[in-house]
Amino acid sequence: MFYRLSGVHHADYVSDSRIFKVPADRNLTAFIFLIGLAAPFIIPSLYLNSYLLPWLIWTAAALGLNLVTGWAGQLHLGYAAVMAVGAYSAIHAARFGVPWEFALIIGGLTSSVIGSLFAFAALRVKGLYLALTTLAMQFVMDWVLTHSPAISGGSHASLQSPTLALLGQEITTDTGFYYVAFGWCVLVTIFMLNLKRTGLGRALVAVREKDFAAAILGVNSFYYKILAFATSSFIAGVSGAMLVATFFFLAAPEQFSVAVSIQVLAMVIVGGLGSIIGSYFGVALILIVPGLVNGLVATLSEWIGVQIDVETLAHIPNAVYGALIVTILLIEPLGLGKLYGNIRDYLMVWPFDQFKK
Amino acid sequence: MDWVFLSELAINGALTGLLYSLFAIGLVLIYKASSVPNLAQGGLTMVGAYVVLALARDVGLPLWLAIPLAAVVMFGLGFGIERVALRRLAGRPVVMILMLTLGLDIFLRGTTLAIWGGTSRSMELGVSYDPLFLGDIFISRIHLVGAGVALALFVAFMLFFRTRTGIKLRAIADDYMASWSVGISVERGVGLSWALASVVAVAAGVIWGEIQGVDQALSLLLLKGLTVAVLGGLDSILGAVIAGIILGVVENVGADFLDPLVGGGSRELIVAAVLILTVMIRPHGLFGRHDIERV
Repeated sequence: MFYRLSGVHHADYVSDSRIFKVPADRNLTAFIFLIGLAAPFIIPSLYLNSYLLPWLIWTAAALGLNLVTGWAGQLHLGYAAVMAVGAYSAIHAARFGVPWEFALIIGGLTSSVIGSLFAFAALRVKGLYLALTTLAMQFVMDWVLTHSPAISGGSHASLQSPTLALLGQEITTDTGFYYVAFGWCVLVTIFMLNLKRTGLGRALVAVREKDFAAAILGVNSFYYKILAFATSSFIAGVSGAMLVATFFFLAAPEQFSVAVSIQVLAMVIVGGLGSIIGSYFGVALILIVPGLVNGLVATLSEWIGVQIDVETLAHIPNAVYGALIVTILLIEPLGLGKLYGNIRDYLMVWPFDQFKK
Repeated sequence: MDWVFLSELAINGALTGLLYSLFAIGLVLIYKASSVPNLAQGGLTMVGAYVVLALARDVGLPLWLAIPLAAVVMFGLGFGIERVALRRLAGRPVVMILMLTLGLDIFLRGTTLAIWGGTSRSMELGVSYDPLFLGDIFISRIHLVGAGVALALFVAFMLFFRTRTGIKLRAIADDYMASWSVGISVERGVGLSWALASVVAVAAGVIWGEIQGVDQALSLLLLKGLTVAVLGGLDSILGAVIAGIILGVVENVGADFLDPLVGGGSRELIVAAVLILTVMIRPHGLFGRHDIERV
């Protein structure tokens, strides 16, 4: 209970390279996983479907962006466009009659191919200029989407998603959708947790810190940058397809606009670059808090008796969303993941504080 | 090819391009002093236009008084933004600073719309909408006025950079460490550049507000402004002016050729293409300084 580092001694490399080096972390994760499994039976289906499900899918997407921005250090402002590629190709494949399992993989692979195009910009420039190029590419993708009826689905620019079916089971209930999202999010999380301790992850970190220096050490930064973009795009593509198949049920270009790209980046940065638990927090904060604040303002104004304009009320979430990004960055530029880390480190050695600096 | 029509497209394109420069000058001022890409310039422009309107409509001041007053308000706002937000992130990786300015942009837009509502308002500068004829060529008056403002601002900044304060700013842009060591207040210089950029945003907001109405669309100028700033070189005001003219002409003439081929709306595509090509071929732009990176 107290002093969780008690008895934790790594005597060999195998134990030192475990995912969870401290049993307390592992137990907490297992506990949260069990809650996640049991969620449909605990939480009313309205909350399950309108909060928990998007949270899980966006977390998977944010983890993908975290891979390329947090691990490999490449700025990416066109992530939503890559998600759109995956969503549209998966749904077109599914409408064509391809089973959903393969349609999702097709979506991921198409995204990988298109997403790797972004990597070619990353080979030439970095930092700010990379951000601007990917932003411009996002605009190009948006334009292509809205101007080609063959992709976006006719004059209404909306594409109905066929009923999701996995392993021969048609999925129509809220619980079913939730488990699909949960499974995907867990899968991505496990991948990201393991990434830290593989050669790939270490190479990406080397490229992030200084690509020239990495090249001198024998890390082929060209190869790893493309790999980072391709992998993250695969995650983006499948997440985009999941989002449409289980949440929107209808694909439209504005679901993947520039604003969405910025939103995913905000989730990653507010959560903390390179932090997995941070991505969960960041997505939760960005998705849920603006709506909550709006509800709060509405209730408060009713309570005090001040009439607030409908239009004002409609724009408050946006203002809060912006303020949230700014505030978190000012309080802790390394994001919520770092704040969590501080608290965790403190509790790890409590009631002793010999690790405090 | 009809040469009159082509030159009309080119001239009007150049005038529109100078209006993009008007926007881009703000970006360049901040980037020059602090190497911060200010993605909140669109939001600032919008706020500038709304503040002018608030002073003119809600307070009832005449426009010639409302605009300078708005400039003063925005000067303070720019200074404040730098003091409260940007200064604390100085020296952090560019991704955090980018995100901060994006967050500021979202915040400014949301707050403005929450206060004044989203319906489009008109600026009513009193510039006539009758086109001006130059031989056979149509020219829009407001674009001409805007281009004049852009050039006037350019000249003003050129002169300003010769004053004592301006030289300090140039020194900061050149090497902030060295400026610090000779006793120049780098913080105040960077703050001043934000304040000046906010004043430029008022000018851009007024002109663009007159052209397309004062609403959320003002912040969408960001992509075009960024393209102009990057093409000209992010730290060159002269570059911003020349790149604005280039982008305006290319966009207007190119759209005329491309629109029939792709079914309209090719302007954004051209702008994005110019941005991508510039970064791929010559990241430091036409007149920008080429930074050398050390391992």
